[in-house]
This record gives sequence, C-alpha cells and structure tokens, in this order.
Amino acid sequence: KDYTVRDALNEALAEELEANDKVFVMGEEVAQYNGAYKVTKGLLDRFGDRRVIDTPITEMGFTGLAVGAALSGLHPVCEFMTFNFAMQSIDHIVNSAAKTLYMSGGIQPCNITFRGPNGFAAGVAAQHSQDYSAWYGSVPGLKVVSPWSAEDAKGLLKAAIRDPNPVIVLENELMYGQVFPMSEAAQKDDFVIPFGKAKIERAGSDLTIVTMSRCVGQSIVAAEALKKKYGVEVEVLNLRSIKPLDLDAILKSIKKTHRLMTVESGFPSYGVGAEIVALAVEYGFDFLDAPPQRVTGADVPTPYAQGLEEMAFPTESLIENHAAKLLKLI
Amino acid sequence: TLSDESFETYELDPPPYTLNVTKKELKQMYYDMVVVRQMEMAADRLYKEKKIRGFCHLSVGQEAVAVGIEHAIERADDVITSYRCHGFAYMRGGTVRSIIGELLGRRGGIAYGKGGSMHMFTKGFYGGNGIVGAQVAVGAGLAFAHKYTGRKNASIILYGDGASNQGQVFESFNMAKLWNLPALFGCENNKYGMGTSAARSSALTDYYKRGQYIPGLKVNGMDVLAVKAAVAYGKQWTNNDNGPLVLEYVTYRYGGHSMSDPGTTYRTREEIQRMRSTNDPIAGLKQHILEWGVASEEELKNLDKEARAYVNEEVAAAEAMPPPEANQQILFEDIYVKGTEPDFIRGRTPDELFYFKH
Repeated sequence: KDYTVRDALNEALAEELEANDKVFVMGEEVAQYNGAYKVTKGLLDRFGDRRVIDTPITEMGFTGLAVGAALSGLHPVCEFMTFNFAMQSIDHIVNSAAKTLYMSGGIQPCNITFRGPNGFAAGVAAQHSQDYSAWYGSVPGLKVVSPWSAEDAKGLLKAAIRDPNPVIVLENELMYGQVFPMSEAAQKDDFVIPFGKAKIERAGSDLTIVTMSRCVGQSIVAAEALKKKYGVEVEVLNLRSIKPLDLDAILKSIKKTHRLMTVESGFPSYGVGAEIVALAVEYGFDFLDAPPQRVTGADVPTPYAQGLEEMAFPTESLIENHAAKLLKLI
Repeated sequence: TLSDESFETYELDPPPYTLNVTKKELKQMYYDMVVVRQMEMAADRLYKEKKIRGFCHLSVGQEAVAVGIEHAIERADDVITSYRCHGFAYMRGGTVRSIIGELLGRRGGIAYGKGGSMHMFTKGFYGGNGIVGAQVAVGAGLAFAHKYTGRKNASIILYGDGASNQGQVFESFNMAKLWNLPALFGCENNKYGMGTSAARSSALTDYYKRGQYIPGLKVNGMDVLAVKAAVAYGKQWTNNDNGPLVLEYVTYRYGGHSMSDPGTTYRTREEIQRMRSTNDPIAGLKQHILEWGVASEEELKNLDKEARAYVNEEVAAAEAMPPPEANQQILFEDIYVKGTEPDFIRGRTPDELFYFKH
C-alpha cells in the first residue's frame, strides 16, 4: 500500500494517542486548523481538545510548558510549525529538556517529542529555510532523527514518542506529499524503527554516500544516473538517526567501497557532513582510497530568487557530478 | 491574626487575616527557618573555605518564603524555582546532608554531584533552574499536567524580580489563564536582580499586578504566617478551578546575589541593617510565639540549639561523603534514561569510547 509521508506521520500520531493517554499533541494550528501542513488532520475530531491542543503563537512559552508537562510524567508531542520557529524555544529544548536528567542525577526524566518540518523548503527565503540537524545533533541528552520515506516517518516518530528521552524529529516540508510504498509490517501499530541504525537504501561497491532526509531521494537519483552513465555502483546510506549516529554502518560501507561522500542540505561549516568526515578519518582512514568529500548547502542565508536558491542547496546533478569527480570519472 | 499590612490585592478579595495554626506547627515553622538559615550559613562558610565550587546563591533573609509555602501545600503539589533553591530543596524533603553534599560535589548529594548549587531535584520539586525565567514556563507545564490528569493539585512557581521581565513569564501567564491552569505564579521580590534594583529594571514594580488579567496578591514575604495564609488561599483558589494567581512575596536577601558579590555596592549597609533588625522573618515569628505564649524563650533557645546541632551533624556527614569516582561509568550515566542509551558515548579522543552494556 502507498502512503504519503504526511499520512505516515498522521497514522503514527493517531496510534500513539490511542495507545497511551499520557501522549498529547500540542502546537500552533494543530487542532482546529488540522495542522499547518495537515500532519495532525482529523486528530482533534478523534481525540478531542484535551489531547490535541492549539497553542497561542508563543513558542518559547509552550515549549517550556510542554517540557514541564513531560517532567511531570506526561508524554507531549510538541509540534513546531517549522523548526525555524523553534529557535525561540531552543533554550527549553537544550537546557530544560536535554540536560535535566543528567543535572538531577537521574531523578528527573523528560519524555518529550519535538517535531516539525526542517531544512530546505522552496521559495521561502532565509528565515524559513534552514537545517537544524547539526544544532540539535551537537547536544548531549537529545536524540535526533530525520526521516526520509513514509516508513521512516512512521517508525521513527513512533519510536520517538515511546522513547523516555527528549527526541527531535526533523521532517521536511517538501517530503510531506511524497508517496512511498509501505510494507505490511509498517502498516501495523507496533511498527517502530530503532534509533541509531542507518539503512542502506541502495547497495553499491564503488562509493558510499551518507545522507539524510530529502537528500536521500536526490542521492538515489544521482546514483542511478551514475550507473547509467559510467556503470558504477553507489551505495546510498540513509542515516535516519542523526544522534546517535550509526558509525558502524558508515565504517562497514567504507570498508566495502573505500570512498565516502556526504550529502546534506545544512550549512557546510561545523555540519553533519563535517562530523561524518571527521569520524571517517578518525576511525576509517586506512580504508579510504580517496579524500572524503562533502556536498552541503552553501554558506549563505537562503536567497529567495529561484536561480539563486538552486545554487544554495544540493541538486541531483550536483551530487552526480561531484561523485563522478571523486571517482575520477570526469 | 495577621498584621493588616500582610496583603495587598489586585482584582481579588483578600484572604482572611486570621488563620489557625497549632502550637506544634508554629514551633516547626520556627525550627525550619532556623535550619534553612543555618544551612545557608554553613554553605557560606564552606564556600569561603573553597570547598564549594562555582556559583552559590544563598537565601539568608528569605527563609519565610520557602518555609511558609511548604506549610501551606501538600507533598503532591509541585514547587519549581530559580537557582536560589537550597531552602526549597530542604522544605520539599531533601536532607541538609544531601543538599550540602551536593554543594560539595559528593556522590551522596541530592543530585549525586551532577547538579551543584543551582540544580536540585526531589519528588515534587523540579529545581533549581539556572536560566532566569525558564522555570516559569516549565512550571506552567507542571500545572498543565495536574489539570490534564485531573489532580486537585497546584504548581507553585517562583521567580525573582529580575526574572519577572522575561518574555516567557508573560507567555506563561497567557496560557495559564487561557487554559485555567492551577498555577500559583510567585515573584520572590527581594528588591534586587543581581545588582539592579527593582525600580531600575521594572516599569511596574507592583509585581502582583503584572498578570494584568490574572488576579494578584502581594504578601509580606518576611512573615512566614502571611506566606502560609496567602498560599493556602491560593491553593483553595486553584482547587476551586479559578485558574492561576500571581503572587508577590516581598522579601529581602541579606547577602550578595552570589558568593562573588559582597552585596554592598548597589545598596547601603544601613538598608541591610535596617531590614535585619526590623523585618527578620525568624525574629518576627519568635516574637509572635512569645507573645502568644506558644513557647518560652528557653524553649526557643533549645530549638535553636537543636537546629544548629542537626545542621552541624549533617554538614560533617556531608563532608565525610566521598566524591563520585572519576570514571567513565559515572561520567556518562544519566545522559539518557537507563536502558535507552546509544551503544556508546564518546569522550575526548577517538579512543575514549564508553560502551553501555544492554
């Protein structure tokens, strides 16, 4: 059966709301409006306004409030209309949610899920188009996941809600409407994807591409083009989980292909790709036959005009060309 | 009967000026305030002996707030406050040993040596928060959880006059009123946010009026009985599903903002001396106890001695406790809930990896 990513997220929320009264959904326009991106569609009708709660536009306040509810034993799912707005709340995510268990010596867990669209979006300019994977990925005490497919979206969101720690689910607006096949197993209400495990979306022997979220799809398209043009087989590793990061899977793939390229939409400096390349050099230097490479967003506030915006983010042809260069095919 | 200067109200009928307290409870309140003060004085000494690291904010002079609140609520209610938290941690059930132990960075500290002066937690006590104002929004969430689960409990939320101007305080007021949450917001107005006097930081220094659409109650925070009466009234208010209140506990800190602040550059020594001699919460309650014939001078002296002996014993026990062993097991525990950790966590170099055994 085919699902959009939006349907998969909606089903995950509905199943977890059904399974546990401690779970509730809170955020701007999540209830009566059915979600700014319709991810929470129908949940108000089904679960009522005790469980599905519209907040005022007050990100710092409702994030702190949701964290307090989690410290008190509830399992909030806190939606951000986009993660750009969560910059208002980042103190609560980092200082109130992520650190409290440790600071309390293990007394005070915080079971909360923060979710919403993140990263590249089309034509919305600088303040609404930014990838926060590296920001949250750098915080001890958080777990951070970034789904690509419908199965990823459902399994990772359900795992996030069930996980007793604060978890960030970085979705992507442009993926919500994309359709993916959903396996029998993934359609069931007990389907969860464990954190910290990357998935080989396309097996290959000549180059490892480590990527996440929307860039997974772009990398697969690039890999197919490379096969067609040059007959090379590129392995595409979908990280799924930003923190913890599946270092074993990355090393295993490098041992097979001896070449590494990362693809992400975040800024280049101090980013996820930088982290992966550093780890590959630290733990896998001897297996590499070429310097590892990064494809990232450009180091620029996202421009509005289309031609400029295209220059600011990875495209399928850019990924393809850079991989071909790394493989010395061009 | 309370002094007629105990309260001022905003859009609210004043609480009754009489309250019934047993002799035993009066003596307990006295004892609690003396213990808190003695504990803070011990912390002061240990800090000066360089046994306590980092920041240390003491509440000497403000004891009536923590003690009065606890004597008005039940264990199932919640308290959350700022970094000036030692007295609250004690009143919520923490032992002096565990609190001083935490200050000393001991494994037997209330947060196992991981939190320090600003981060103490126990059942029904949610810190101990180091980010000015953040506890107000988190506290609103504690109140939200009471309402969500249908519990008749309140969340007591404390913040200073300094924090009162943070935007999220007003965001929290808005949601608490909108959703009718059992939240007793309370500005502990000790007149100075660090070195800035209330009048230099706040356009309106009547902090109990700052809820605008939320009724307010100003209470003499140097009078433990007035605090108890005000909070008991507030609890009744939230129990009757009337939503939040904004309280203002007018109090005074005798010491500096923290141990690095002598506390005399932005106020006069005379002002401090005047507060100590005319408004001290412990001396004030003592006077009542003697007036009402609840206990004799002699009995109170014995309580003083008992409190001092208890604190001294506990401090000695805390000093005897070992610090946490400096090993990876302890360093990396409790970043994540036990059993849900990642496979490993990285230390400082590629070979400092700590594997969790699942």
